[in-house]
Amino acid sequence: MENLLNAFVLLSNFVLVPAIAYGSQLALGALGVTLIYAVLRFSNFAHGDLMALGTTAVILATWGLQAAGIGLGVLPTALLALPVGILAAAVLVLLTDRWVYRFYRRQRSDPVIFVIASVGVMFIYNALTRFVIGTDERRFEDGARFVIRAGDFREMTGLAEGLAIRTSQVITVVVMLVSVAFVFWFLQKTRTGKAMRAYSDNEDLALLSGINPDRVVLITWIIAAALATIAGTLYGLDKSFRPFTYFQLLLPIFAAAIVGGVGQPLGAIVGGFIIAFSEVMVTYAYKGFLGYLLPEAWQPEGLVQMLGTDYKFAVSFIILVVVLLVRPTGIFRGRVI
Amino acid sequence: MKRILLATAASAVMAAAGATGAVAEPVNIGIILGFTGPLESITPAMANSAEVAMKEASDSGKLPNGITLTPVRADSTCIDSAAATTAAQQLVSSQNVAAIVGADCSGVTVAIANNVAIPAGVVMVSPSATSPALTTIEDNGFFFRTAPSDARQGEVLATLVKEQGIEEVAVTFTNNDYGKGLADSFTQAFQAAGGKVLISAAHEDGKADYSAEVAALQASGAKTLMVFGYVDQGGVGIVQASLDSGAFESFFFADGMYGQSLIDKIGDEINGKVIGTLPGVSGEAADKFAAYAQANGMDPTGTYVPESYDAGALIALSIAAAGSADRTGIRDRMMDVANAPGEKIYAGELAKGIELAAAGTDIDYVGATGVELVGPGEAAGSYRVFDIVDNAPHTVGYR
Repeated sequence: MENLLNAFVLLSNFVLVPAIAYGSQLALGALGVTLIYAVLRFSNFAHGDLMALGTTAVILATWGLQAAGIGLGVLPTALLALPVGILAAAVLVLLTDRWVYRFYRRQRSDPVIFVIASVGVMFIYNALTRFVIGTDERRFEDGARFVIRAGDFREMTGLAEGLAIRTSQVITVVVMLVSVAFVFWFLQKTRTGKAMRAYSDNEDLALLSGINPDRVVLITWIIAAALATIAGTLYGLDKSFRPFTYFQLLLPIFAAAIVGGVGQPLGAIVGGFIIAFSEVMVTYAYKGFLGYLLPEAWQPEGLVQMLGTDYKFAVSFIILVVVLLVRPTGIFRGRVI
Repeated sequence: MKRILLATAASAVMAAAGATGAVAEPVNIGIILGFTGPLESITPAMANSAEVAMKEASDSGKLPNGITLTPVRADSTCIDSAAATTAAQQLVSSQNVAAIVGADCSGVTVAIANNVAIPAGVVMVSPSATSPALTTIEDNGFFFRTAPSDARQGEVLATLVKEQGIEEVAVTFTNNDYGKGLADSFTQAFQAAGGKVLISAAHEDGKADYSAEVAALQASGAKTLMVFGYVDQGGVGIVQASLDSGAFESFFFADGMYGQSLIDKIGDEINGKVIGTLPGVSGEAADKFAAYAQANGMDPTGTYVPESYDAGALIALSIAAAGSADRTGIRDRMMDVANAPGEKIYAGELAKGIELAAAGTDIDYVGATGVELVGPGEAAGSYRVFDIVDNAPHTVGYR
């Protein structure tokens, strides 16, 4: 029995808890990508760097608050600075839409032109982030670091394995749940949300029913900017903030959106967790875990690791390719990119 | 026409001045270190240290022909061989340097040595490249280092681990020449001493999150982790993730992991869990350098600060012994001035050393690190062992 518990705690500490936090961050990112795809009908490659820019604003605001001595006690100050970051990101995307995407929308350009335009926007955001905050790693986490430490857990339970849960991981999950619940409520219950869904479903019909397309686009960008900033800040709090890691996040985020079904909000959430769990589980070494479960004679000699940790990004790539080959619409029957 | 006349007149004046030795002749010495990149937090102090040595030599006024040494800095980036090679090329061809202090990281050092310094016949004295691979490069005698090879550091670390009664360890190293060389030499020495390396895995620098790497290392079942990485990069990420998840109880650091920035980042939790090594000496050489460094506003315990001083000083002394800033002359006299026999020269005594060397007397430069060049011109090596207590590194002893 104790072996079983130890095995479970070990797996929780190194697989379940990190994967749930990582999955939440991916889900929020994928939700933003999928919303833009649903309403504006293009894959926004600038989303990763929008996350970085939004987070940059949050970090600057956090430093301001810290300097002014304002904090949240055990919670990170960054939560208090989130609205500032969201506002900055929203202003930025609206200006971008005004200067870049609106032109192509009026031209009724092909989606591929939007995609290429978004690549250009990505590079500009990318440079902007480096101008504002530099290329170095930034830490802006404060408050209590742990909800429970590995050592304390061992003492409390008397088990050989410890379980550590960081404050940032709990916050990530809670904030993710609140944000997702809000987005779903907004899409299902409010007039604007319904207008967005109608516009996404059939643009011409929506226009005929008197829906203001500019307003729909505006709201979509604001929601996407908010989701990107929240996702970026949670990732930065939980792991660390470096501008270029957000660019690398683009692959798992798109993989998550496509696996779940592009344009399907629920699919983005499910996809986020599928990608996160695959990445962590495929690269985990199960030697210790199996050591608790198997009898002495069957103990594994090697590490029982399917793929080296360097191949983490390859996992999401493989899943992406397989899904596009086998079921291009994704789990929830989204659109085909 | 007027301009040509002017130029001719000017050069005639300069030639006359050179002949009489009335005006000091500036000689450029390159300093190529990673001012950007993974070692950026320690390289300014290293460059400063080498510059202090050159200034001391110039200020003595005793260098042959009134030579003064002008340091020229260039960026090795530590990781980008192409950028480092370009920077070194620029030093050799446009700045016409007589010798180079550097580079810092082993990978770029190999690239610069092979592509620029050895073909052009320019002496390189690296204060910090420690890869065992540099022992065997075809250098025509142009490559020297004041830091010892990692093969030696691996042996010292293996002995330290055994002395703690630890039989099984996990090894993680930064994925480059430095990390790989250190991991190999440690593993060899540790296994020869009867220890077991349960896993030896590389990590990539610059990731946001190292929990997956730590999970794999932890799964090996080892309770002690050897970290052969960088203090501003993946190394600190690995240690942070290990402490967060409670994966390892104790750590052994190699020199790349020494630095206050790691302690500041991780905080109290690191106290008492680390034993590390970095090149360093005790005794008369170290004491004299410590006093000298403090007088010149340097931190004598800074990583590779003493080695950098020695690199600068060795070049100055070789110029004195050779009688000119000739590139090949510097190479030919390097081993003579560095090694016994001869009058011992410590840090801060360069004026005396230069005078003796210029007069043709044999000198034995001891310098800040007890320099003794062995084999193909690399330091024999002495290591400082440190641990971390009360949020600061403390010296435990010397090996």
